[in-house]
Amino acid sequence: MTSSLRRIMAVLAIGALATGCASADPGAGDETPAAGFTAQPQDANAKITVWTDSTRLPSVQAFQKADPNVQMDVVTYDGSADGSTYLQTKVQLFDRTGSGWPDVVFASPTDVTWASQPTSPSAQAFAAPVDEGLVPADTLKNFADGSLAPCQFGGHTYCLRNDIAQVVLWYDKTLLDQFGYSVPTTWEEYQALGEKVAREHPGYLVGAIGDTNSHESYFWSAQCPAQQLTDAKTLRSNLQDSHCTKMASLLDDLIKAGSVSKQGFFGQGFAKDYGGKVLMAYGPSWYGQYLFNSAFKTPAGQITAAAPLKWQGESRTYTGNVGGGVWMISSHSKNLKAATALASWLTTSDDNLKGAPTYPAYSPGAKAWLANPANKDYFATDVSGVFQQAADEVWTGWGNTKFSDATAWSSVVLPAVTAGRTLTETLPAWQNEITSEAKSVGYTVTTQ
Amino acid sequence: MTALDTPVVAPARRAAVRRAGKTGISGPLFVSGYVVLLVAFGVLPTLYAVYLAFTNVRGQFTGLNQFLRVFQDFRFWPAFGDILVYLVFWLLLIVVLTVGVAIVLRSRMPAPLSAALRFLYYIPGALAGVASVLVWLFMLDPSVSPANWLLTSLGLDTFAEVLAPGHLSLIFALIAFWTGAGGWIVVMYGALNNIPQEVLEAARMDGAGPWRLALHVQIPMIRKWIVYMVILAFAAGTQLFVEPQLLQTASLGRVSPTWSPNQLAYVYAFQHGDFNGAAAISLVLLVIGLAGAGLLVTRSGLFKVDEQ
Repeated sequence: MTSSLRRIMAVLAIGALATGCASADPGAGDETPAAGFTAQPQDANAKITVWTDSTRLPSVQAFQKADPNVQMDVVTYDGSADGSTYLQTKVQLFDRTGSGWPDVVFASPTDVTWASQPTSPSAQAFAAPVDEGLVPADTLKNFADGSLAPCQFGGHTYCLRNDIAQVVLWYDKTLLDQFGYSVPTTWEEYQALGEKVAREHPGYLVGAIGDTNSHESYFWSAQCPAQQLTDAKTLRSNLQDSHCTKMASLLDDLIKAGSVSKQGFFGQGFAKDYGGKVLMAYGPSWYGQYLFNSAFKTPAGQITAAAPLKWQGESRTYTGNVGGGVWMISSHSKNLKAATALASWLTTSDDNLKGAPTYPAYSPGAKAWLANPANKDYFATDVSGVFQQAADEVWTGWGNTKFSDATAWSSVVLPAVTAGRTLTETLPAWQNEITSEAKSVGYTVTTQ
Repeated sequence: MTALDTPVVAPARRAAVRRAGKTGISGPLFVSGYVVLLVAFGVLPTLYAVYLAFTNVRGQFTGLNQFLRVFQDFRFWPAFGDILVYLVFWLLLIVVLTVGVAIVLRSRMPAPLSAALRFLYYIPGALAGVASVLVWLFMLDPSVSPANWLLTSLGLDTFAEVLAPGHLSLIFALIAFWTGAGGWIVVMYGALNNIPQEVLEAARMDGAGPWRLALHVQIPMIRKWIVYMVILAFAAGTQLFVEPQLLQTASLGRVSPTWSPNQLAYVYAFQHGDFNGAAAISLVLLVIGLAGAGLLVTRSGLFKVDEQ
């Protein structure tokens, strides 16, 4: 009796302790980021530190060569690829120690969601608003439609988009001609072709869903509102929307038939075992060089791209986007002039962009890129028209959120599908994970 | 068996107690270096974590609100569930197998073979933690594994199938056993060496076979070493981090980034920038580790010094 009484008292005491205190919510009282920022005392000769991924390293070195007066310290890191949080981790620590920030960084669009806000009340947002006297408005206007959307928060632009990764329909023209098939233009035709391939040429593939970003190729292109930002703090996630269920059942059908693989194109052993069996791949513009050329080692003159698919009966074609990096300038930089010069040169100069490894987001640069034969030599037909068309068709309903969209897909959906469940059955679990993640980082979530 | 209850090491301990009483400052001097490091890198960070766990980002006192908030996180209970299943596998494996193997090595093996095997068992433990996980990445991927016949015969044809969520606890327990067991086998072997030969002879004269000898003489006499091992294995086990974190990267995200509580604390600190929440999670781990150790120490009389 006394012991249970004591326990009740203890619970009440804990309750009182908990309720009578300040809120533990880290986001409580957050204000929207201030428009301007406090720049450090500037020194035109200060050395700038640049963090880049290894793919973009030659570009940075080329700038150094063209302008040897700028003192640079170049550091290679993972570039925030595949949901890595290295940059975020480091900036959190620099914010606490008050020094160490790099001046210019290559990063993923997801990084801008945290970099545009202070990490704590005493910190200043890492990314400098580039539209605040750093980059002219005329330059910003020339980026492809919507390509700066991931950079924009509260009416300001916090990054320069490096490249876009518009999703297109890649196919092996040699094989397709040999099989006597024509290129599908709608999702319905794609499904019918997938079924036909499974029947007539078992073992050949028209797609794969096992990569960390496969959902961006398929569900983003299908206009599935998996994570739609209705405003900066409200996220809509409705995976029972017909656009999602249609895509899930299309893929389930082809997985069952055998012409869509549950494994990932970039999974261990895939290139070796199935590289030569890929008839089609619905994926980003960089698949040509990085998947078919580098990973599968498909000979030149076989692979090409067709325009994105649309749903039958819908008037407009939309597509997805898989990656595409950004450059951010640190608001803590002591040499904003040099930092801005570098970031602008990397993202907008023809000199750099014509030889860029991936499709430039800056429209004049993209023209220069497409005019460079080296970027198109590998393909069976000219991909310029397809790339340009798809670049303007990226669906804007897929939000650039504070959490990585890859986590829920890779750690919840893919293991379930690997274990034999269908995508259709897994949609509720997927939505549940997205909404839980969204709530944990402070979004208000609706599922209608 | 009453004769066995007198610990064999008691005379040495008594001597130690006596010596400690006599020395002046040389003893404290010797440990002071360690105490400084312990305070700087062990005690102060812990106190800082306590401070963080009870305050918010503005430094205001929050009471238990940080704890209530992390308890409500959708990843909190699954992470502790994962680690619980893992601990069951790992503690069972390490207790049963290291003690079993040590007894076999001590009693049923020619000495040179026993020495060679102890060395072999120890090798994996000498690899750094990360390197040993990399070895397992190869072992578990059917497309490159030397044991792929075993994996495929279990119906696991791809790396993704091997890493099904239900398998992870067992996989981490196997990795931990492979890296940690060798060292403990050597320790248990040393403990068994402490049992006087006369005791074993007497038991054999009374008709005890190898099983009875192991169960009723050897294991009870090294009980304290076993408890010591369980305490350390339990504390290390609840803090599992490197293995799931590496497998998460290597599997291209198929393993949840918040599989273990320590990973969840890491995500809190370095992705959400929420050091207070991370500190709350780490304090929960501290309390669990201390409670586990306290229970085992008091129940087993680990630190009891037998004075006559």
